[in-house]
Amino acid sequence: MDAQPTKLRIEPLLWILFSAGGVVAAFLIPIHLFVLGIATPLGWTKTTEYASATAFLAFPIVRLYLLVLCSLPLFHAAHRIRYTLYDGLQIKHLNEVIAVACYGGAVVGTVIAGYLLWNFV
Amino acid sequence: MKSAAATPPYTLNHPRWYRKRVSTYWWLQRWEYLRFVLREISSVFIAIFVVETLFQIYALSRGPESYSVFLSVLKNPFVFALNIISFLFVVFHSITWFNLSARAMSIRVGGKKVPGFLISGPNFVAWFVISAVIAWLLLRA
Repeated sequence: MDAQPTKLRIEPLLWILFSAGGVVAAFLIPIHLFVLGIATPLGWTKTTEYASATAFLAFPIVRLYLLVLCSLPLFHAAHRIRYTLYDGLQIKHLNEVIAVACYGGAVVGTVIAGYLLWNFV
Repeated sequence: MKSAAATPPYTLNHPRWYRKRVSTYWWLQRWEYLRFVLREISSVFIAIFVVETLFQIYALSRGPESYSVFLSVLKNPFVFALNIISFLFVVFHSITWFNLSARAMSIRVGGKKVPGFLISGPNFVAWFVISAVIAWLLLRA
């Protein structure tokens, strides 16, 4: 199990994004997923109702927070999925395709998040 | 060997190329391996959470009707079950991440290695405090 599927020049940056995204995901995602995916459908919270949620998003700091919450974990996931396909399923002949798809997906997700949050009325 | 033909009609003996074939399902052979793969797969659920959040922001930006559709999708039994599974995976990610932090950071004080629980412990405490603050913000009635 080599640790180096492809030698990309931006490899150190990708590891930093992986690590930063891992930290953000570890500290913040469990509670956010609990609120959105479990508490909201069970009716345990009012803050995810339309009026309160839009009131939260009116704060620029909340939108910046959401951008970080969406973007960095995507790069974390892209990195892990890439290496899992390489080591786990031993798909080694599609290195470049997988890398482009994973990090490209994270970039696209970040752009979508940025667009939605920047244009949020 | 450089002077030889560029593409010899025979295969060069190259001992370094010998690789023992590893089964595609090597990660099912031991619990430790499976746990490693489950930890890696937790990232898929992290990505799913981000996609859900993006849909939530999109629905909010479209107005109350779109948002009520989004909320009804969250109540769908399959989506709810997926969110329960995702929650277990992201908690697993947090636990393994904080435990790893102790191994990633080998801190020495006075020539002695600081024991792992002194590094991962504060991470767990910070996780609970941050989660409690966010829960207080988002779950109070």
